[in-house]
Amino acid sequence: MAHVVAVNRRTTLVDAMTTHSTEPRQIVYLDHAATTPMVPEAIAAMTAQLSHLGNASSLHGSGRAARRVVEESRETIAQALGARPSEVIVTSGGTEADNLALKGLYWQRRAEDALRTVVVSTAIEHHAVLDPLQWLAAEEGADVRLLPVDRDGRLGVDALEALIDAEHERIALVSVMWANNEVGTIQPIDDVVRMAAAHGIPVHTDAVQAVGQLPVDFAASGVDALTLTGHKIGGPYGVGALLLGRDVEAMPLLHGGGQERDVRSGTLDVPAIAGFAAATELAAKRQADHGVALTALRDELVARVQQVVPDAQLNGPADGGRLPGNVHLSFPGCEGDSLLMLLDAQGIECSTGSACNAGVPQASHVLLAMGRDDATARGSLRFSLGHTSSRSDIDRLGVAIGPAVQRARAAMPTGTPGDSR
Amino acid sequence: MKVLAAMSGGVDSAVAAARAVDAGHDVTGIHLALSRNPKSYRSGARGCCTIEDANDARRAADVIGIPFYVWDMSDRFHADVVEDFLAEYDAGRTPNPCLRCNEKIKFAAVLDRGIALGFDAVATGHYARLERGPSGLVEIHRAVDHAKDQSYVLGVLTQDQLAHSMFPLGDTTKPAIRAEAERRGIAVAAKPDSHDICFISDGDTGGWLAEKLGTDAGTIVDQAGQVIGDHDGTYRFTIGQRRGLRLGVPAEDGRPRYVLDIEPATQTVTVGPRSALAVDAITGVHPRWCGAAPAGELRCTVQLRAHGEEHPAVVRVEAASLRIELLEPAYGIAPGQSAVIYDRTRVVGSSTIAQTYATAHI
Repeated sequence: MAHVVAVNRRTTLVDAMTTHSTEPRQIVYLDHAATTPMVPEAIAAMTAQLSHLGNASSLHGSGRAARRVVEESRETIAQALGARPSEVIVTSGGTEADNLALKGLYWQRRAEDALRTVVVSTAIEHHAVLDPLQWLAAEEGADVRLLPVDRDGRLGVDALEALIDAEHERIALVSVMWANNEVGTIQPIDDVVRMAAAHGIPVHTDAVQAVGQLPVDFAASGVDALTLTGHKIGGPYGVGALLLGRDVEAMPLLHGGGQERDVRSGTLDVPAIAGFAAATELAAKRQADHGVALTALRDELVARVQQVVPDAQLNGPADGGRLPGNVHLSFPGCEGDSLLMLLDAQGIECSTGSACNAGVPQASHVLLAMGRDDATARGSLRFSLGHTSSRSDIDRLGVAIGPAVQRARAAMPTGTPGDSR
Repeated sequence: MKVLAAMSGGVDSAVAAARAVDAGHDVTGIHLALSRNPKSYRSGARGCCTIEDANDARRAADVIGIPFYVWDMSDRFHADVVEDFLAEYDAGRTPNPCLRCNEKIKFAAVLDRGIALGFDAVATGHYARLERGPSGLVEIHRAVDHAKDQSYVLGVLTQDQLAHSMFPLGDTTKPAIRAEAERRGIAVAAKPDSHDICFISDGDTGGWLAEKLGTDAGTIVDQAGQVIGDHDGTYRFTIGQRRGLRLGVPAEDGRPRYVLDIEPATQTVTVGPRSALAVDAITGVHPRWCGAAPAGELRCTVQLRAHGEEHPAVVRVEAASLRIELLEPAYGIAPGQSAVIYDRTRVVGSSTIAQTYATAHI
């Protein structure tokens, strides 16, 4: 017993960290939309800085050296995304960038004109947008309007145009994601910008899923604020950015030392920023080829799954209207979490693509907004591809998905609650 | 075997999962989300349905090194356990939701789903022992730790359910399990036991029932029918209850009074002396047999409430009901509770107490 105990005690972080490499079976990772492996260039750039001393706000030599790394990184990120260096506000990631954009712009616009309390967004935003909006409504008097989407998950611009025409004087800002994280639908950002800009209304977009998969040019897009994050593009966790137009003012969430244009105080995380910049640069550079390669893999994945499970339904547009790396399928008669578990047991990792409440998958608000019923929403899986994906991943999934669906269907409760065993 | 370990977030189910792994099984941990709104059930260490409990279960699974998932059983749990609990109280009975949950959820809905997904058994941290009997059937016996024994709440399990169950803790005492959890580095080793009804987070069953069933005022009468108090809902009472009666008029003999009868139809609660609680015969409905259904007359012992004592009895089995004759009178027996029938340490079966009687010979 003592021996067993000793082994168990040592089952700590080291084992957890090495599980993937020591596992004889290769993991099929189809959850790149959750997070994607760091690219070697980003690891190199980040680790190179870990041993360096210096607070980027200090005036001495060490501080200047750190500052230089930060500013070069900022220039790299700006260059990659069509922004000016001063427009890159480094944050702790996508959630903070979304919060800063929504709250910061709302407070600023309302301070300029107390009438501006309407915030326009969509029903399919990520919770990092929906929840701050809900908070603004509950605590800050915001009048939040979530616009509907069509069956493919695309914002109807007519409704947006009607709303802007009728109420533009009261609108503080518009926030529409560049591409949806669950079903991959690309949103009509050009139209949104055109309609809002006509009335001087600032536009924010959460482009966390878009960067690296779609061409993203901040200046050309015309948006005023854009969210991105490191760990979705091959960079480290815990770092991201809000691209904020140089003429756009936003009130800060974090007050302090005045870093980042006084919009986001806090000592800068030099190694993370260096890694983030390296990843952003590569993501932009490789985007075109990456998009083509992922699109081919994506379409093959859908075809392979539908070959085995003919009634699997693709959610979101089938054509160029979706993210190259996103596949979202509904499996009639299945619980998504049963499928996930069965695939996980074979080392195939995907997502039910929805928020969890205490680990319990809830029916996705995105699918419900797209007009799917609760059962369909709960019977869905997201497979998301990325830079390490290959044809062999699809082969493994193609072999596993048929039996998994069969089992998951058998596991669906047939009787009504109350039936005795 | 491929085993599903139901992990509540407490120490017992964590050690049970670890022992299933040690026994060589391919174990997957699951935590059952039983509340439709987990946040509303947040209650520290008390319950088994809070987010903290789910996290504790997840951490234990990490330490043991098994996959872990949360299964949403909230709809089934509500329909099969919570609604039944409310209906029983509303009808003046005193249900035991743990038996109901074992019968309908853990060893039914969860087991069915598990088997369909390719698992062979469900393991839980209940204190009970399974043995292969002489006839080849699986027998369920009391745990070696009689103080902790939970065979009573498992008395509803049929042979089919038992054949797909594992209770790895039945041969060990609770202090030894805590020590084992400590040795295994399971963080919840010192977590207090859960005693209360898991879906009533603050332990105030009366308040919870009042919220769900509303107030329904009535009177408390003595055996002569004299009104001696009032109440705001018969569901706040259980047969044999002594505390919380808030009677204005003291008993003539100065002795404590107990709830003798609950009549929801007239909102009447009858109280009287302890001697009037004595019963020596019980009819039971909804019989469940752990093995083959016994026929005719059975000399056995019966346990009439969780952690209650055993009463020697003769059980007469009829088609869909049974009659229990107690050799010595028992006190405070509440309809709605289960009578679990034992042959020495072996659980024979169970039945829900429908009615109690004091026959002439007491």
